[in-house]
Parts: sequence; structure tokens; C-alpha cells
Amino acid sequence: MKSSLKLALGLASAMVASTVVSNAAHAEDLTLCWAAWDPANALVELSKDFTKQTGIGMKFEFVPWTNYADRFLNELNSHGKLCDLIIGDSQWIGGAAENGHYVKLNDFFDKEKISMDDFVPATVLGYSEWPKNTPNYWALPAMADAVGWTYRKDWFSRPELQAEFKAKYGRDLAPPKTYDELKDIAKFFQGRDIDGKKVYGAYIFTERGSEGITMGVTNVLYDYGFQYENPKKPYDMKRFVNSAGAVKGLEFYKDLYKCCTAPGMTDAYMSEGLDAFKSGQVAMQMNWFAFFPGLYKDPNVGGDKIGFFPNPAGPQAHFTQLGGQGISVVSYSDHKDDALKYIKWFAQPAVQQKWWEIGGYSALKAVVEAPSFPHSAPFAPDFLASMQMVKDFWAEPSYATLLQAMQKRVHDYVVADQGTAQEALDSLVKDWTATFQDDGKM
Amino acid sequence: MLNRTADNVARATPEPLARKVRGISDKGLAWLFISPTILLLLAINIFPLFWAIYLSFTNYRANRSNEVVKNLGFANYQRILGDQDVWIAMQTTAHFVFWTILLQTVIGFTLAWLIDRKFRGHAFWTTVILVPMMLSPAVVGNFWRFLYQPQTGLFNYLVAFFTGVPPSSFEMLGSVQLAPWAIIIVDTWMWTPYVMLICLAGLRSIPEYIYEAAEVDRASNWRQFWSITLPMALPFIMLAVLFRGIENFKMFDMVNLLTGGGPGSTTEVASITLKRQAFESWRTGYSSAFAIILFVAVFGLANIYVKALNKVKQR
Repeated sequence: MKSSLKLALGLASAMVASTVVSNAAHAEDLTLCWAAWDPANALVELSKDFTKQTGIGMKFEFVPWTNYADRFLNELNSHGKLCDLIIGDSQWIGGAAENGHYVKLNDFFDKEKISMDDFVPATVLGYSEWPKNTPNYWALPAMADAVGWTYRKDWFSRPELQAEFKAKYGRDLAPPKTYDELKDIAKFFQGRDIDGKKVYGAYIFTERGSEGITMGVTNVLYDYGFQYENPKKPYDMKRFVNSAGAVKGLEFYKDLYKCCTAPGMTDAYMSEGLDAFKSGQVAMQMNWFAFFPGLYKDPNVGGDKIGFFPNPAGPQAHFTQLGGQGISVVSYSDHKDDALKYIKWFAQPAVQQKWWEIGGYSALKAVVEAPSFPHSAPFAPDFLASMQMVKDFWAEPSYATLLQAMQKRVHDYVVADQGTAQEALDSLVKDWTATFQDDGKM
Repeated sequence: MLNRTADNVARATPEPLARKVRGISDKGLAWLFISPTILLLLAINIFPLFWAIYLSFTNYRANRSNEVVKNLGFANYQRILGDQDVWIAMQTTAHFVFWTILLQTVIGFTLAWLIDRKFRGHAFWTTVILVPMMLSPAVVGNFWRFLYQPQTGLFNYLVAFFTGVPPSSFEMLGSVQLAPWAIIIVDTWMWTPYVMLICLAGLRSIPEYIYEAAEVDRASNWRQFWSITLPMALPFIMLAVLFRGIENFKMFDMVNLLTGGGPGSTTEVASITLKRQAFESWRTGYSSAFAIILFVAVFGLANIYVKALNKVKQR
């Protein structure tokens, strides 16, 4: 009896001790929160070097894009301690800075001699600064990204299709430079039989729930003259959001959706686009550059079969929608010092170079402006060109309300055929005005 | 025997504890037992309700913890009642509730009436019919999404087989005209068995001797149905309608999984609008007011309905 008691006590002590030891071992672990996608897997690989160098373990919390904003904004709003580091969307910066979710990094950057001049200006403006165009930094540019296009190079290069296209449109079947050219090509492929399979012209974003259709339509709207506000008078949106050019741009997006997309694409975003392209369903696909390394490696549609081009120009301008994120330290974290160590490590040129090589997109000038960069991947020149013409959605603290209003107005018009483009944009001006009035900014 | 056991327990209770317990009345003891449940209910039901009422009069936003919370009076309520988009969502909800209840009641009662014939194998068929109701709405939503897929979905192929219409020529979830019906079909498929079960209980509760008396009076089957079956099963049917009405008024999961409220806002029922305002636009005060309006509407309508139900039962 006595020996059994001793054994039981011994086992219990061992269990308690092992729990304490294991907790102590994990006490220094940092948790990094981001979206679940290809670059996140690359970051897991990259972060192994950080653990090797510092002995600080890394844990990751990745959430699918459709729930990413809901999940992590809830976490930040509830002052949760789950994330020590967060790679938050560019539009969150205003709210996260004003509500104290992120640690301001200016002093840290000064101390560690990290200069924002070393990063691509568009990424500093988009991912780090709040208020915009002021030297107040809340994140380090982590993942540069923009909307680009992929196309089926193997289909475009077929002699019989090239001849037919030239006869019909009087020019070569080549990646489009303008949106009108893109629509011609999309129409040309729509419903065509290729290798015994019916294919469709283009894949564009139409998703309603999170940010999809807004991230798609803005690419066209910017090029047709849409502006968020009067450049001379902030928050003055009449005749800028609903200008004649913007109306034409919205009509164009709807025409493109109606004429040249596959059936069932009424609520489609990144993953649906990847599926459509990988299954050989579409000739051209709108998507984020972040996915292009994975697509290039795809055994069925990658390699020689895939080509890339930047967002085409419109009649009034040439822009593309900014994507990507900066990495921030969460102010509620108990491991802020270690989290800052991670940012210091991540900002190093050698780490940034490796980040690009394994599937991430660096925003460091030393990496992207190196002479070898354009030759490092087939999509690298287009990425570089795109980063010179990016424009982002509102990054105001009310961005979520502003985004939801745009999602509704655009989806109602483009997908559900409700009202006219003019009515949709007029309603959007009203919604946005009401939001800014609620915020006391108008 | 019971008294002897109680005496033994009383004798075995240590004196200091017994002295304490002796001071508690039966009523006190009853309160002692139910107080944990009451506290739990207060914490998770009543407190949030009152908190939501308070928030509904403010400009509070859950994502702006640093902002000063201002009292807006009834401004949120006025904005909601004057918001055209809210009324469109309410109309969509009403359309959805009306058609699902109508179809589920008619089909459910018919199935219950057939099952009540007690034909050979009726127990097996009852089990088969009940299967959809036992599935999780998340599972149902996801597999119906696949079934409705215009290029590969089975539903389009079935329609094509019977009508000759090309399968990829229509989109159940992507078409403004068809999307509301796509949801109605799924909800009817899933919840008709529930209505059937309640109706079956009603039919089984009708005493056999009433039918025997009717047959003695040479009442036709039709007459028996209208004069005995339907009136006596009516309180059960009304109960099923009440349950399904309340449930479908706040329907969220199925709509969210199938269409997410789209295309556009075609299937955006009130609960989806509420979720968008509360957790996507973060207008917490506004959405609290909206939730209170919905609560009052459901509570009021349910009360009127229960009164009608009681009248039918008394007849």
C-alpha cells in the first residue's frame, strides 16, 4: 500500500514538474497572426532562422481570408493577447493606430536604425503610416502585394487562335495593355472549345461578404477616373466618387462580368479564381501577386503555360489596387520586447532577400531594386511595375463601414442588376458621407 | 421506509452542519437549489438583453474602445425605421418566412397524414423522412451549395433531365429570381420532417371512437377529414407554425452558407443585415437597436399568435 502511494505521488510530481518545465519552455514563444495562404507557409519556413538565432520559438495563427478580418479585428477590439505580432491588412492601420491596438514603432526604428526610406514608398504609405503622409509608423512593410493578372500563354500562342484573333481585331493576340483590349480577348475566348473543353474569357472578383468585389472593381474604377475624394478638400466626395468616368468604369466592370466570366461566379474571390485558372476554365485571371509563385509552380497550368501582366490602363489613368500588409506589434502582448526583436530581424536585407526567394514579397528597396530582381521570377517585372502604380482603399478607422457600403452598392449593381451605375455610386456617396458625419469628420 | 432513510441521514449529519441546515426553511432550500440556474440565466440572458437596450441608445462601437460613448436618445431607432435597406431586408425575411411555413405545413401535414395510415414499412419511411432534420445546418448548407453548382451540381442536372433546359443555363444561387427559392427549397427539405412530426403527434392524439361514430353516421372520408381530423389537429399545426415562424424569422446559418445574402442583397434577411451592421461595420449601438426592434417584433407577433392558438384549443 505504502509503495503504491509512493509510486502515485512520484508520478503526480513528475507530471506537475513536466507541465511546469514545458510551460517554461513555451513561455518565450511568440504568436504571429496572419491569413492562411501560400506566403504564410513561406513565413513559417523563414521564421525557423529567427528561432535558430534567438532561441525564441514561433507559433502561428493563420485564418482563411474570408474570416481573417472578422477574427483578428475581434481579437484586437477585445484587447486579446493571442497575437504578439500581427500582419494586419493595410486598411486596418487607421483604426488600429487610433484605438491603440498597435505599438507605435518610431522610437524603435530610430534606435535600431531601421529607415522607412529603405522601403518602397507605396508600401510605407499603405502599410505603415497613420495619419497618411506623416512620419508616424505603426508597422514594418512585410508583404508587398497588388492586383495583377495571369493568362494562358499556351492558348495565346496557338497559331490558329492568333490568326483568328488578328483577322477579327486587327492586332496580335497578346497580353492586353488597356481594359478595352482585355474585354476583346475575354470575348474571344468566352465559350470557346479548347482541347474538347468549354472555356471562359476572364475571372474577376465578385465576392460580397468581405472585400472581394471592391478589391476587383477599384482596379477598373481608378483607371476610369474614380477618386475617393477631392484632392484639395478632404472628404468631399461628390463628383469624385460618382464622376462620369467612375460611372463608365462601373458599367465596364459589369459588362465584363456579364459577357466574359464563367457561370456561377457570383460570389467569387481569390480561391475561386485560383480554382478556375488551375482547372483550365479561364483564359485570364485577376488575382493578387502573392499567389503567382504558387501558380507558376502548378504542374498543370504553370511553367511555360502561364504568363503574367499588370493591371491594364483605362481611358483616364493607370492604377492598380494595393494589397499586402505590414507587420505590427500588438500593444496588448506580454512579449512586446521579443516581438520587436522579430521585427528587427525581419527588416534585415538578407532576411528580406530570402523572404522573396521562398515565396514572400519583400518591400525592401535593396531587394526589389537590385539589378537581378526582374530576372528572378517571370512575374517580378510586372510586380515591380504594379508597385509603382498602386492605390489603396480608405484606411480610416471607419474603413469597415466604408467597405461594407461599397460591397453592397457595387454587388447590388454588378451581380444583382439593381439600379444603374450612377445610382449605385450616388448611393455610395451618401453612405460614405453619413459615415464620415458620424465620425465628426464632415 | 422512506422516513426511516431520512431519519438515518439526519442522524448521520454532523451536528454543526445539522444546526445550520435546520435554520433553512423549505422555501429557502428551494431557492438555494435554483439560484445557480437563475444566476446563470441572469448572466447569459437577462444582463445582455438589458445591456443591449442600453447600447441601443448610444453611438457605441465595439471597435472604438477609446471613443467617448454619447447618448443618442431614439436616434438609432429613428434611423433604422427610416432606412430603406432595413425595410427591404424585412420584406425579404417576410417572403422567406411566408413561403417556407406554407410549404412546410402543407407538405409536413400531408406526410404525417400518409404516415398515420400505418401502411407496411411506415416506421422505416418515418425514419428516412426524419434524416434531413438530424443533419447540421452547416453540413446541409455546404452540400446544397455543391448540389446547386451550375456546372457540376446534381440539382441542375435533375432539372435538365426533367425539363430539357441545359444544366449550366441557370444558376440557383447566382440568379436574382432563383436565389430566394433556392433557400426556400433547402429550408423546406430540412425542416418539413419537424412539422410532420408535430402533426403526426396531433393526428395520433385523435381518439379512434370519434371516427367510429362518424362512420356510424355515414360521414364520408372527406367529411371526416374536414370535420374531425383537421380541426382536432389544428392546435398542433399552429404550434408547428409558431416554432418554424420564430425560427425562420431569425434564420441566419442557412442563408449565410448558401448565398451570404446575395446576389447583391436579394436574399439579405434581417439577421444577415444585423450581423453585417454589428460585426462587419461595427455599428454596435445601431445594431443593438435593430436587434431590439426584431426582438419586440417576434415577441409581439408570437404573443398574438399564442392567444389565437389558445382560442383554437378552447373551441
